[in-house]
Amino acid sequence: MDSFITGSLIYWLVAALFLLGVYGILANNNLMKKLMAMNIMQVAVIVFFLILGQKLGGTLPILMGSDTTVDHYINPLPHALMLTAIVVSLSTTGVALALLMRIQERYGEIEEDDILRRMNE
Amino acid sequence: MKKVSALLMIVLAFMFFYTASSLPQVGDVNSPASQHVSPRYIEKGKKETGSPNLVTAVLADYRGYDTLGETTVIFVAGIATVMILRGKRKGED
Amino acid sequence: MKKGFGSIVLDASFRVLVPFTLVYGVYVLVHGEYSPGGGFQAGALLAVGIILSRLIQGNEKALFNIKGNVALILAGIGTALYALIGFSTIFLGGKFLEYGRLPFSVHDPAELHALGMLGIEIGVTLCVMMTIVAIFDALTGEEEGI
Repeated sequence: MDSFITGSLIYWLVAALFLLGVYGILANNNLMKKLMAMNIMQVAVIVFFLILGQKLGGTLPILMGSDTTVDHYINPLPHALMLTAIVVSLSTTGVALALLMRIQERYGEIEEDDILRRMNE
Repeated sequence: MKKVSALLMIVLAFMFFYTASSLPQVGDVNSPASQHVSPRYIEKGKKETGSPNLVTAVLADYRGYDTLGETTVIFVAGIATVMILRGKRKGED
Repeated sequence: MKKGFGSIVLDASFRVLVPFTLVYGVYVLVHGEYSPGGGFQAGALLAVGIILSRLIQGNEKALFNIKGNVALILAGIGTALYALIGFSTIFLGGKFLEYGRLPFSVHDPAELHALGMLGIEIGVTLCVMMTIVAIFDALTGEEEGI
């Protein structure tokens, strides 16, 4: 039980966060809430990648003095890759908000059912 | 729609929790993610790039081409946002 | 956002916050090779300093009143700086972004890599900061109608 809590519990928690995000996209009618759920999903994926690079007893990947033992530092590769993912999520949110403003100006509201009803008139 | 998606979430949850048992333990020093190219970055990073910060060394020296592509992505997203909202300024003529 | 929020408390407190934020942003950029930091983090911090002063003071009297078009031009200059450093190593006889052929004279060959990385991070910071300011300006620009 102890090795489950320190070994695998965090994978379950990250999976639960990811599934909350997917449920938020599928089950909401408001377009703004769908956008926020997509952000939650992206954060869950980023945290999952960072967990994969963790080492027991390792510290930040910044070299202290001239000590280059591999087991003393955590893996720097997932951190560098996830910087790209964070910035891509910022860009996607910016473009999505601009599109949302145009939809609101054209159709009058941002509920999905009302937009479909207005498009079919 | 809400009931169907809730059922789908439960099915996906079972799939995730079943495969989470075959992922490596958190903190394992012999996990496959830290085996092939990452020890080389840690051992030779300071000597080849001259910067003790390994994340910046990987991001700007070993994988500098990917960072150029990412900067282009940010720039294009900025252009796209300004272009979408430009018609709103001058009116819809 | 033409008028700004401007009350007495906000006016007095942002004059303390914004200079420290801007200086901290430049500190994080320049120390990107010795402590946690780098180009993207510094770009976000500098953009926060500019946006805070624009939110509180309104669009005319704000510090660093950069419009959306000018911000996009500067973002393009930042990306072009990155690509120019890459192309200049081709003209000096190497591969793309091969820092060992930069024309500076240093004692240690690893110092050339550090100089190349500093130039690249400046380009990335400029691009990220100006893109965030351009997105902010486009999203909050029109409140007085067409």
